[in-house]
Amino acid sequence: MAKRIDVSDLNVYYGSFMAVEGVTLTVEPRAVTAFIGPSGCGKSTVLRTLNRMHEVTPGARIEGKILLDHEDIYGADIDPVNVRSTIGMVFQKPNPFPTMSIYDNVVAGIKLKKRTKRAELDSVVEASLRGANLWEEVKDRLDRPGSGLSGGQQQRLCIARAIAIEPQVLLMDEPCSALDPISTLAIEELIHELKQQYTIVIVTHNMQQAARVSDTTAFFNIAGTGKPGKLIEMDSTQKIFNAPGEKSTEDYISGRFG
Amino acid sequence: MAISERRITDDELHELLAQRRLPRWSGLAIAAASIAGAILLALTTAVSGNAGTAIVAFLLYVGLQTGISFRIEGRRYAVDRLASTFLVSALVAALVPLVSILLTVLIRGLNAFSVGFLTSTMRNVSPRRPGGGILHALIGTIEQVAIAALIGIPLGVLAAVYLVEYGNRSRLARAVSFFVDVMTGIPSIVAGLFVYTALILTLGLPRSGFAAAISLAILMIPVVVRSTEEMLRLVPNELREASYALAVPKYLTILRIVIPTASTGIITGAMLAVARVTGETAPLLLTTFLTQSTNANPFVGPQASLPTYVWDQIGSGTTASIDRAWAGALALILLVMILNLSARLIARASRVK
Repeated sequence: MAKRIDVSDLNVYYGSFMAVEGVTLTVEPRAVTAFIGPSGCGKSTVLRTLNRMHEVTPGARIEGKILLDHEDIYGADIDPVNVRSTIGMVFQKPNPFPTMSIYDNVVAGIKLKKRTKRAELDSVVEASLRGANLWEEVKDRLDRPGSGLSGGQQQRLCIARAIAIEPQVLLMDEPCSALDPISTLAIEELIHELKQQYTIVIVTHNMQQAARVSDTTAFFNIAGTGKPGKLIEMDSTQKIFNAPGEKSTEDYISGRFG
Repeated sequence: MAISERRITDDELHELLAQRRLPRWSGLAIAAASIAGAILLALTTAVSGNAGTAIVAFLLYVGLQTGISFRIEGRRYAVDRLASTFLVSALVAALVPLVSILLTVLIRGLNAFSVGFLTSTMRNVSPRRPGGGILHALIGTIEQVAIAALIGIPLGVLAAVYLVEYGNRSRLARAVSFFVDVMTGIPSIVAGLFVYTALILTLGLPRSGFAAAISLAILMIPVVVRSTEEMLRLVPNELREASYALAVPKYLTILRIVIPTASTGIITGAMLAVARVTGETAPLLLTTFLTQSTNANPFVGPQASLPTYVWDQIGSGTTASIDRAWAGALALILLVMILNLSARLIARASRVK
């Protein structure tokens, strides 16, 4: 499991608007990489290019290369659906499928695509929910709707759903920003456990969170409205938060702007 | 500084917060006074007649209430009462014709309505004699509407899926959307004429229940497309993205996530479209002949239907046939009501939890 991602010279466009320019970075396997930066700096956009989710938006396209180990995920013969089964994603707002039970939500990525034996699904559900630290809380009500859970539980359900399809990489787009501190703590603990098996990239607005959960931090910034976002610097989290190489990084993490 | 230093006494505070209101019984009292005033006016002056008196009473009520309220409660409450009065009056004015129609149909329809009315046909029944029934028309209407629904609902839902999920505001999608809007306002007789000229005269399709069903389907499609489109657009994009992120292909995302999430609204819209065409008369007159006996085969020969039955019975003009027309109208309203209720039940059963 767990693969490395190499991004080189990535430009991202929405129509003719260049949202992100010249990003080159490496995401290490079995580690947590955090993307931080002010709103609109393109960190979520970059994250969404990593599993080809950004192209769901009409008019969105990229230039540059993104390699998963040695495979170019934008190669001509690559199917984005297969990319997404290798690189899973958790969104900002918990979004369990409202028509499905907890059980069906967890196996949605499997069951919708091919018929699977009930016993097999049962074991996937238990393993995924245990992996997301949710099993004990929901094991007696797996047939109840997923939308009946609390916000934090819903987000862990979404994580369970993402790891049920056994991805190599897990992308998280501000997974705690809609949650209270206790649920946030639960998710952060979960991230610590998940990184034993997965490569994790997390976008966060919360710098303490980046400092707590990540091994490597990338700082993005924009020069102004309408200008493209850029990667300012990327280093070990320790280094970024204690002795950043760039003035703007220091200003941002010390709260002088953004 | 200057603001916070000013102290107000307890009395001043009460003055500031309190509000004089009219007592609860004032509404009834003012209404009674207005009616009394209007009657007095009717007795003493030329303004007379029930309608005139009622209008005078209403105007008196509005004027008195607003005036008194303005004096005692102030401008805001006076305007509030005035606006509330107009809102309630508008509601009553809108409900009066509805209730009146239902009551009239119920009262006049019950003259000829019975179990026998539902289970017999007009075969060998003289227009002048009472008796006979609507069985043949009921069978016709149910078959025609069912065929129309079988054609119209899938076409409409699929068109809406194309517009919302695949069209992406392309030129074709915008053109389709525009024509759907135009078709929503199409007079039903035009749909009947289309089937008559294009299918019956040109292609030689026999006049039949099936031809009628096609004209009804044409009327249903825009309604189904419109309502389904609205419902699909209400499905949050996050759900589609969540599904894509689980590597679920687009077609499965639409079939298993988007449509089930929107199903309540889609079903309601479809059933409303069905209910709407159930009462259509004009296209049926052009596409299927009248008949007084049962024809269960919608593909061959003339077939009766409830709306044309009512039309036919009114045309005969005898007391017995007009009674039958009202009873037929009552049966039609009951049928539409049953369709609506079942739509609600289905929608409730499939509601998103």
